Amino acid sequence: MEFLLNPLNQICYVPLLGALIIIFALKREQTRAIQAVATVTAGLDFVISLPLWWRYLPDGEPFQFVFKASWIPSIGSSYHFGVDGISVLLILLTTLLGFISVYSSFTAITHRNKEYYAFLLLLQTGMLGVFMSLDFVLFYVFWEVMLVPMYFLIGVWGGPRKLYAAIKFFMYTLVGSVLMLVGILALYFYNSTGLATIGLPGLGNPATFDVTELFKVAPQIPGGLQMWIFLAFFVGFAIKVPMFPFHTWLPDAHVEAPTAGSVILAGVLLKMGTYGFIRFSLPLLPDATRKAVPWMVGLALIGIVYGALVAMAQKDMKKLVAYSSVSHLGFVMLGMFALNPSGLSGSVLQMINHGLSTGGLFLLVGIVYERRHTRMIADYGGLAKVMPVYAMLFMIITMASIGLPTLNGFVGELLILIGAFNRSTAWAVVAASGIVLGAAYMLWLYQRVFFGEITHEENKTLTDVTRREAWTLIPLVVLCFWIGLYPKPFLRIIEPSIRRVVQVVDPGYLHHPPMPAAQAPAAEPHGHTGG
Amino acid sequence: MLGDILAVLPETVLALLGMVVLLAGLGRGRSPLTLGALTIGSFLLTGVTLSWVAGGIAPDDRFMFGMFAVDRFAIFFKVVVLLSSSLAVVLSLDYLKRHDYRPGEYLSLLMFATVGMMTMASGVNLAAIYVGLELMALSTYVLAGYFRREVRSHEAAAKYFVLGALSSGILLYGLSLLYGATGSLDLATISGKLAAGKPSMAAVAGMALLACGFLFKVAAVPFHMWTPDVYEGAPTPITAFMSVGPKAAAFAILLRVFAGALAPAEASWRPLMWGVAALTMVWGNIAALTQDNVKRMLAYSSIAHAGYALVGLVAGGAAGVQSVLLYMLIYTVTNLGAFGFVILLESRGYAGETVADYAGLARKHPLAAFGMLLFLLSLGGIPPTAGFMGKLYLFAAAIRAGHVWLVVIAVLMSAVSMFYYLRIVLQMYLRDGEGVEPAPLVASAWTERAIWVCALAVLVIGLFPGPFAAAAQAGLGIMPLP
Repeated sequence: MEFLLNPLNQICYVPLLGALIIIFALKREQTRAIQAVATVTAGLDFVISLPLWWRYLPDGEPFQFVFKASWIPSIGSSYHFGVDGISVLLILLTTLLGFISVYSSFTAITHRNKEYYAFLLLLQTGMLGVFMSLDFVLFYVFWEVMLVPMYFLIGVWGGPRKLYAAIKFFMYTLVGSVLMLVGILALYFYNSTGLATIGLPGLGNPATFDVTELFKVAPQIPGGLQMWIFLAFFVGFAIKVPMFPFHTWLPDAHVEAPTAGSVILAGVLLKMGTYGFIRFSLPLLPDATRKAVPWMVGLALIGIVYGALVAMAQKDMKKLVAYSSVSHLGFVMLGMFALNPSGLSGSVLQMINHGLSTGGLFLLVGIVYERRHTRMIADYGGLAKVMPVYAMLFMIITMASIGLPTLNGFVGELLILIGAFNRSTAWAVVAASGIVLGAAYMLWLYQRVFFGEITHEENKTLTDVTRREAWTLIPLVVLCFWIGLYPKPFLRIIEPSIRRVVQVVDPGYLHHPPMPAAQAPAAEPHGHTGG
Repeated sequence: MLGDILAVLPETVLALLGMVVLLAGLGRGRSPLTLGALTIGSFLLTGVTLSWVAGGIAPDDRFMFGMFAVDRFAIFFKVVVLLSSSLAVVLSLDYLKRHDYRPGEYLSLLMFATVGMMTMASGVNLAAIYVGLELMALSTYVLAGYFRREVRSHEAAAKYFVLGALSSGILLYGLSLLYGATGSLDLATISGKLAAGKPSMAAVAGMALLACGFLFKVAAVPFHMWTPDVYEGAPTPITAFMSVGPKAAAFAILLRVFAGALAPAEASWRPLMWGVAALTMVWGNIAALTQDNVKRMLAYSSIAHAGYALVGLVAGGAAGVQSVLLYMLIYTVTNLGAFGFVILLESRGYAGETVADYAGLARKHPLAAFGMLLFLLSLGGIPPTAGFMGKLYLFAAAIRAGHVWLVVIAVLMSAVSMFYYLRIVLQMYLRDGEGVEPAPLVASAWTERAIWVCALAVLVIGLFPGPFAAAAQAGLGIMPLP
């Protein structure tokens, strides 16, 4: 009973319930009913997640709405749910995008509806569980559970190279996560019995997979071990983000996935990697984190510039958006490894922003794809004349993605740049060039698709967005403006959680905030990195 | 004397009932269903007897001149073995109905093999272990060749017999060397002798040969050559049975002898086991990648799984033994379920099915395909299935013992394994609407029921592993650990 009353359990398992209803109570032919059940459960899930927004107290306990129950007592693993400010925002993003992706699929999915909506809802349960789990085994279970539905979404309803893309997605993520599991086990044993035969005595605490317990011992972990565990976590999370050399699964998966799959993939799944870093790597392995900063920032900067340059060369709209994700996620990683409040706040906010704007872009590409069955930029041109509303929505989302002031992207990128600037001018300069490139490829895309004469006969008869399509985009547009114009409520929710992270990874920072970077002594641009 | 009879009562009951089934099967026109019910009833009765006997026996007692123990380790494995045999019988029912081979001999051989495996689980003397092993092996040799009108079944049985006999010879030689070095076949005595000082050359050679014999039975690389051919050629229910029951029993003796009695001399065998475990995981998984025949693929997969379980043996200690016990239980229900699906699919009689035969099954048989999906995920170790929990315990035990690199190999190889398990999933689910006509399933009510039992077990153990892990833990306090 107590289990059912906890809001987090409700939010996490409502989609599962919907999936079970679809699987067991409905027949394959009842397409309408299946869509209705999926929409209602996803909608209900969004509605019941909304109270988190005002019931979560930023200055309260670090983790709220906690639910803890015994699960596998013999190894010290419990069923432990709880959220802080960072996860609250990501949960809201997940339920919103989950609803939108269900609602946007009615016409895009023409076969095997039953399985499609069941998998979409199962995926949502998996993603929500990841953001709520405060126990490593539970976290890992949800982390892997969500691979299977995503594999099917790409593999069954995807494009021409769906089989290749699906298996590539699955294998990349799996290899990363199994290595992460080794890291988790090493941490677990260091905290308790130690690793006997390699001469590493443990701390002798009761064995536990509980993350909140492990936070307490984080500073006692020796640097060498921290580095190994950081590396194991890094492989798992960096593939998911994806960071530069591990990004090659992403364009394939994005391009081949159905629209809703791409929205979820870009909007939420990629955030699981960055979330993993901020929830586990940073606070659990502070020494290793500080040592890894140059490497992580280096990869992030390469990702920003490389992603943007490759995006510019794409002929396929979805591929362009996919590579823009690599670039944007580079920003998120840069802000995070600036290890200061503004960088981290910007990083978390940018996770949300990227979910909104890239999710929106994928929806928009999906809308014309359904009409023309092509995503090639060259097949369009002059669409502004025949689809004015579509053109306007596309413009707003494009601007949000570029980071135009008054829209959300600007706030996030600004905070990240401030954070980076505080550490090193050079980082900020390289990152800023990424913004310029971002504006270039997005505006060029816009120009080629919407302006000029209509060169293809088929495009003259395209219909503008339907009411349903518009409704999938309006919430995103509203949020883009909201965060762009008044980001304070969002920052307010994440701020205390961010400060707790900074407190661990860079304890000195909060007590002696550095001078604004412009006045900082030029001789030590990395002055603060050592903490 | 009375205690002796009591201790072996479950085995005695099963052996007698096996003869009853054999005689009952002699008459003309006995339906496989009746005999099958009799067999399953016998397994149930044996289980009941076992629980009754277990209540009245102190775990430290030894019976039959110190050869036989009914400790909780033995009981755990006996339960696993009875479970796997019962499920194998259920999986055989529809199969026997389709083929007109005498069910009586088939079922009674299965029962005698079970008696052998139960004896292996209880043996605390190398002679007793050897007797149990041979009883099991002889029965399975015959079962592998049971479809005597099929050439491949013949070939399977002949290969299995020749190689099995060779491995038994090696085992006996190792056993005699160990006897020569320590002067005893009793595990506790051997353990004491080995603990007293550095093992002699003869003892080390004996251990090595013993290891070869046991590793042959669990199908570890490089003693795995027989597995794919035998698994492919044998009747599929027997393949299902061989991949779990005898493997579990072989792990029981491997654990009792190596993790238990030979633990004092672990320095001389652990590196060997480390290498065998790594090799088995790598080769089993890599060879499975290229298989198009599902039975062969599952054969290589079962080789790989022996490798994972060996990781637990390498880890050793209480945690290592516990993890192997739990893994054997999980592997039994998972693999039987997966083979059950293959049996379900064998519509055209004897042939092993190719991967392509699975195309589009999810559309035509959504529930059965979902069950198979669960088994494949469990074999690959993806939560929330039991396979993940089994691997979690194994790898945790190994990391705790400091074998981090072995675990890294193991996790990477289990990621590789997903690649070939997904090939089947891909055929079932993704090859839909591409003009492939899914193979028709023969109505096999009993096989389906067995699959459902396994699927349920895979989910329950995966979501709530606590009680099962606790049961596996209870199995080791009594190990003759130093």
